[in-house]
Amino acid sequence: MLTVSGSPHVHGDDSVKKIMYGVVYAMVPAILVSIYFFGLDALWVLLTASVSCIFFEWLVQKFIIKGPVTINDGSALVAGILLAFNVPANIPIWIIIVGSFVTIVVAKMSFGGLGKNPFNPALVGRIFLLISFPVQMTTWPLPKPLYGGTAVMDAVTGPTPLGILKEGVKMGKTVPELMPEMPGYVNELMGFQGGCIGEISAIALILGAFYMLVRRIITWHTPTAYLLTFFAFTGILHLIDPTQYADPFFHLVTGGLMLGVFFMATDMVSTPITYRGMLVFGVGAGLLTAIIRIWGAYPEGVAFAILIMNAFTPLINRAFKPKRFGEKVVQA
Amino acid sequence: MTTLKTFKRGGVHPAENKISANQPIVVLDPPKQAFIPLNQNLGAPAIPLIKKGDEVKVGQLIAKGEAFISSNVHSSVSGKVLKIDAVIDTSGYKKMAVVINVEGDEWEPSIDRSETIKRDFSFTQKEIIDKIKEMGIVGLGGATFPSHVKLMIPDGKKPEVLLINGVECEPYLTSDHQLMMSNGEEALIGTSILMKGLGVKKAYIGIENNKPDAISYLKELAEGFKGIKVVPLKVKYPQGGEKQLIKAVTGREVPSGKLPIEVGAVVNNVGTAFAVYQAIQKNKPLVERVVTVTGKSVAKPSNFLARIGTPISILIDNAGGVPEDTGKIISGGPMMGKALLSLETPVVKGTSGILIMNKQETHRVEMLPCIRCGRCVSVCPMGLEPILLSQLSRLQMWEDVEKQKVMDCIECGSCQYTCPSGRPLLDYIRVGKNKVGQIIRNRGKK
Ligand code: SF4
Ligand code: SF4
Repeated sequence: MLTVSGSPHVHGDDSVKKIMYGVVYAMVPAILVSIYFFGLDALWVLLTASVSCIFFEWLVQKFIIKGPVTINDGSALVAGILLAFNVPANIPIWIIIVGSFVTIVVAKMSFGGLGKNPFNPALVGRIFLLISFPVQMTTWPLPKPLYGGTAVMDAVTGPTPLGILKEGVKMGKTVPELMPEMPGYVNELMGFQGGCIGEISAIALILGAFYMLVRRIITWHTPTAYLLTFFAFTGILHLIDPTQYADPFFHLVTGGLMLGVFFMATDMVSTPITYRGMLVFGVGAGLLTAIIRIWGAYPEGVAFAILIMNAFTPLINRAFKPKRFGEKVVQA
Repeated sequence: MTTLKTFKRGGVHPAENKISANQPIVVLDPPKQAFIPLNQNLGAPAIPLIKKGDEVKVGQLIAKGEAFISSNVHSSVSGKVLKIDAVIDTSGYKKMAVVINVEGDEWEPSIDRSETIKRDFSFTQKEIIDKIKEMGIVGLGGATFPSHVKLMIPDGKKPEVLLINGVECEPYLTSDHQLMMSNGEEALIGTSILMKGLGVKKAYIGIENNKPDAISYLKELAEGFKGIKVVPLKVKYPQGGEKQLIKAVTGREVPSGKLPIEVGAVVNNVGTAFAVYQAIQKNKPLVERVVTVTGKSVAKPSNFLARIGTPISILIDNAGGVPEDTGKIISGGPMMGKALLSLETPVVKGTSGILIMNKQETHRVEMLPCIRCGRCVSVCPMGLEPILLSQLSRLQMWEDVEKQKVMDCIECGSCQYTCPSGRPLLDYIRVGKNKVGQIIRNRGKK
């Protein structure tokens, strides 16, 4: 029997699975760094989040949708790791299980599962936890020093650089006065700073991003637009008043910026499909992140900024079409 | 090295698999029975001139293309007409064909079958067009548009440049490649004739740089011809698409919904140029063509010169027979070819190759929901949104399908090739395109 079907008869052999596990590999450097700085605490949170996300997806697919179970496509694992990346290492285990439930059941499966969720599931989980458990979500363990020493006790906690900045400025201190309280650029770049599990080390995240770029899992469009906009905005403010506004390099290496730029704003499902749209998304997210960080109630704005841009994604898709071949007038 | 030219927007790089690339053309004997379809061109079928029991010679006109877009059909064998009957053709539908029982191999005496290369450029523009029409020449790249119609330029348009397509961007296929190697000079003479037929002074032959031998050979030959230049191109699919080739070579973009002549260009396949040479210089109608028979499990991947109307089973036998693990047999290449229903399908003017895919290759990837990765959008050479077009087609929102420029789709398959979720994008887009095409035609009638 000959098979008869329409062309094309060959396939490029890329798959959702390859993409998802590619993202997982890209997160390995950040995972290792987090375990180095936060010890087994980080590992437990990572494992719990991953296992519970996969478990919840299985549960919903098997017993509620009663359709095919696709937990091995890697998307639940990616969501789980990303959720863990977005919480402090000392978070109580039960809270992370609740977060996983929100991430998978509320933010992903209730919209129809893979490919259907308008918002980044892990970010929905993070924001839910931040609002529901503000204390646990903003108590950061101190990382162990960059060289030597062991992971410090759970009980010892400290603020994040962005927290120091926000509180300090609120209390009337100037930025130069606050800077000595910070870990310093090199430490921040490597990961020796307070913060969530996956966000502390800019270097590790950039390494992963580089891998994804080479494997073409992500394209340069969104990250470049995001970073440039954010840098320009914080940079201009810093030039206007360096006593009130921290310099843009500080902003780049602290908080969840790199994690957001490379791993959340590049999420395929919840961001635009055209290159033009991706650029617009990046610019929007960069502006919003800066605005929230500087003038908002929270010290960090990455999660809110990306979620807000997620909401605009369908509009962006409609407004920014690819340039058609042979198109003369640009249509809106 | 200078950077090679290519088209800008989209495109993919499927594995080239040109396994038959170095196989010289083997001439096949005429079959015992030939099946010559009456419609081998894009457009209306030809009207038969013979009836059951008639004796025919090779090269004899057996059906006349009467409509404006139609093409003459000649007998490719000598013998007796058995019947005119419906036969399954490459489209999978039954179409009328002349069935001839072959006796001997007697050619029309007017045809010059000698090997000597003729260069007679004394023909006028009208003589060239008439002869091409008479000899039943169509585009041999696969589109089979009647070639004489391409030379008849609509009023108000002015051709500036002729492009010869030697790109062969489809994986596996090597028929054009071998033709350039063995009949390069004739193809260039044919090109000069086409230039005269169009009244243009410049011709460019586009060849992808995975065929360096053809590039250097034709470059050398082109020095003996005025106005013909060989342009090496960077390998990228679908560079053989008319609009992509024009963009790659001249930098011009044919506007949406318009023909190449809009930017002063006319594109012809290199095989067509060769057929034009034979028609004009040798008085030979289109009765045979080069066909690649290939595939990973094929014993002897080959390039054959086969008579039109030869059942493809005979070609496959000559390439070592149908392999055990055959899953799909395709007329054409793996990106745009048509899966065949029957091995008795005859070779027609548009058959550039027969690709035999094994079961492992035909396995489609697991289909998952669209993950909105945008890859289909970024590889579409026409700047369309395949995911949107396929969704709108599925929802039967024809008006929106049309607005999103479905008619610009060249059915290259790049989108579906790339989709990590294994979505059958082009299947749906084709449905939308057909439907919108119908709607547009009906609108024209009112
Ligand atoms: S939409 Fe059409 S032109 Fe675009 S990639 Fe798909 S098949 Fe090719
Ligand atoms: S390539 Fe496939 S998964 Fe990606 S956007 Fe297009 S249809 Fe969706």
